[in-house]
Amino acid sequence: MTEARFELIVLGAGPAGLAAAKAAADSGREVLVLDDNPLPGGQIWRGGPDQAPNARARAAFSALQHPRIAYRPGARLFAAPGPGTLLVELPEGGCRLGYGQLILATGARERFLPFPGWTLPGVFGLGGLQALAKGGYPVAGKRIVLAGTGPLLLAVADTLKARGARVLLLAEQAPLGRVARFAAGLVRHPAKLAQAVALKSRLLGIPYRCSSHVLEASGRERLERLRLSWGGEEGFIDCDYLGCAFGLLPNTETGQLLGCTLAAGAVAVDDYQQTSRPGVYAAGEACGIGGVDKAQIEGRIAGLAAAGRPEEARRLFPARAHARDFADRLAEAFRLEPALLRLARPDTLICRCEDVPLQALQSCSSWREAKLLTRCGMGACQGRTCGPMAETLLGFEPRGSRPPLQPVSLETLVSALSPTDPR
Amino acid sequence: MQYDVIIVGGGIIAAALAESLALAGASVLVLEAQNAGAGVSAAGMGHLVVLDDNPAELALARDGLERWQRRRAVLPAGAEYRECGTLWLARDGEELAEAERKQARNRTLGLDCKLLGRAALYAAEPNLAPGFAGGLLRPDEAVLYPPAACSWLLANAQALGARLLEHCPVAELAEGGVRCADGREFRARAVVLAAGTASPELLPGLPLKPRKGQLAITERYPDLVRHQLVELGYIKRAHAATGDSVAFNVQPRATGQILIGSSRENEDTGAELNWPLLGEMLELAGSMLPALRQCRILRAWTGLRPATPDGLPLLGPVPGRTGLWLATGHEGLGITTALSSAALLAAQILGRKPELDPAPYWPQRFHQLSGSALHA
Repeated sequence: MTEARFELIVLGAGPAGLAAAKAAADSGREVLVLDDNPLPGGQIWRGGPDQAPNARARAAFSALQHPRIAYRPGARLFAAPGPGTLLVELPEGGCRLGYGQLILATGARERFLPFPGWTLPGVFGLGGLQALAKGGYPVAGKRIVLAGTGPLLLAVADTLKARGARVLLLAEQAPLGRVARFAAGLVRHPAKLAQAVALKSRLLGIPYRCSSHVLEASGRERLERLRLSWGGEEGFIDCDYLGCAFGLLPNTETGQLLGCTLAAGAVAVDDYQQTSRPGVYAAGEACGIGGVDKAQIEGRIAGLAAAGRPEEARRLFPARAHARDFADRLAEAFRLEPALLRLARPDTLICRCEDVPLQALQSCSSWREAKLLTRCGMGACQGRTCGPMAETLLGFEPRGSRPPLQPVSLETLVSALSPTDPR
Repeated sequence: MQYDVIIVGGGIIAAALAESLALAGASVLVLEAQNAGAGVSAAGMGHLVVLDDNPAELALARDGLERWQRRRAVLPAGAEYRECGTLWLARDGEELAEAERKQARNRTLGLDCKLLGRAALYAAEPNLAPGFAGGLLRPDEAVLYPPAACSWLLANAQALGARLLEHCPVAELAEGGVRCADGREFRARAVVLAAGTASPELLPGLPLKPRKGQLAITERYPDLVRHQLVELGYIKRAHAATGDSVAFNVQPRATGQILIGSSRENEDTGAELNWPLLGEMLELAGSMLPALRQCRILRAWTGLRPATPDGLPLLGPVPGRTGLWLATGHEGLGITTALSSAALLAAQILGRKPELDPAPYWPQRFHQLSGSALHA
């Protein structure tokens, strides 16, 4: 068993985590950055420094060269057995880490909603399909429909088109009016506007339909055909892949493990990004979906606050307010249409791990009861997909989390808990 | 409305009792503070086992197991009844001699069991660590999934006219009825307190102590173990210590998952995991079943067993309190003995002759319950 103690541990090496680590290290703190992926960058810059898409990403990655920042990829946090202690699975085994302060920069994951056929092979998450394509999964010549909401639709289409895919349709669930108002409001955020214009011009020729969503995916062994609703009409499209998700959900499980209060499905923070647990901060998507600008500014504020520089942190408050304004506009423009919550049939699976259909949950009055009687959420993903679905569709209370945070081998768990070797 | 019986608690003991009473034609109201079956019943291992170290415990457990066996065919699939048998493991010659004595005792009692030598043991459980001397197999013992079994018993009771109110905590046991936290009052000729570890909150002074345990469950590894495995040293380990202890006990669940136990803590009653003790428990399991070391642990949790000083449940009338009955204190055998406890207590409440001798389980055996010393 190895054991070590750090003044500050940052969980997550995406935009928020990198910014937090740099701000704290520049202020003299010794920082350990842990990330469960093999490469840093989070979901947005997941290729790591070698594939940094722009100068901003390159600048962010430079934090990892800082003399006071240590970085461990492939590190999976699985338990917090007491104040100031984390149990982590490293590639070489279990380990116990002590910390003085902690910054949660755990990011977000895609929100899925169930519709008939959503578990068929060939149906992917939207960001999931983008990540696969960037990782070399062959999409050239494939007929692909992208469905969901928000700017991610355009970004994914861009990635897929650049790799030779035939993107047949972008189905945006939000109505045209809201999307148009959002686009007009981008005048306040000129950089975003320029990005959007460039992106749209690269996607000329791909139909972009508002008030549109998938009604059903069908096929014998795998996805063959989609039934869609576009602007109130129904139609069919034959395709090979569907990329489909409905926005993002903050990853709050680590915050819950540490006992942090949640608000509106995100880790609640004060002006200095501190959570309800003293010395534990959160930044980026984990405390509210808002994109890379918000993530980096919040990361800097958290890093400065943790390093005891509240005055410098305060100077960033106006920039954060501006970034949060954009996030609010985004949330308003792309809020989910109620029709999306009525797509599942009684036999549509909600919990893929334990094969639990909607009808089995409809007689339950709470998530606790659903878990007890149907095993919903008791499988390998520990309810990360079906829990939010059940909350949205059935009004269940938000689920708690039970350790370990992620499945971990018995050997790793035992080694992380075993007494320290005398040296 | 006046009920014949109000049952305070909605765990498996309450559920089985509600079914027994409803079947006999009694009008029954079940009041559960949270979700039915979500307390002690959900936290445990769900084993149906007969331990032979105490005649009264044995009688109740044996009757309970036989009742589950008789109803096996009608249990819903979700109850995941699995007749995996219990295999008691002997580490050395001394424990093997104990297994032989246990076999002789079981034979006298007419309990089916089979002594396995070293070769037979490893044929039955190829993944066991080397070095075991043998084992004793009780082939007809089983495991099940208690929340689903509890829900089924309650549904049966409801089909027979019983009424279930969930999320309805009882605040007070009044004369001839109960008062709920929301102010509602219900009246009945008999009130049964079957609230597990919460029972002393309504009847202070009950000789009942929560004994904390921890469990962990793996992802799916079908066929890694085939029987419920318990070490013969279990009783020694589990009961000898006044402090915290761990013992080896694993089960193959119907889902292919492996449920790993067990531990006992006497002082701590918090819901938090005791991580060092969990580490000890898992290390012991890994030393007995090396293949388990690579298995991924999916969840770990704690539970509180309602334990009495003599290890027997409290089943019977509360002395000095007309119409008040107890059905609690089953510690780790509440699932095994749910149906037998229900039959035993239902008969007494209804004024009929029970099949088992009820005296060993009567609450009056404890001096603090022998007079009218208990007042709510």
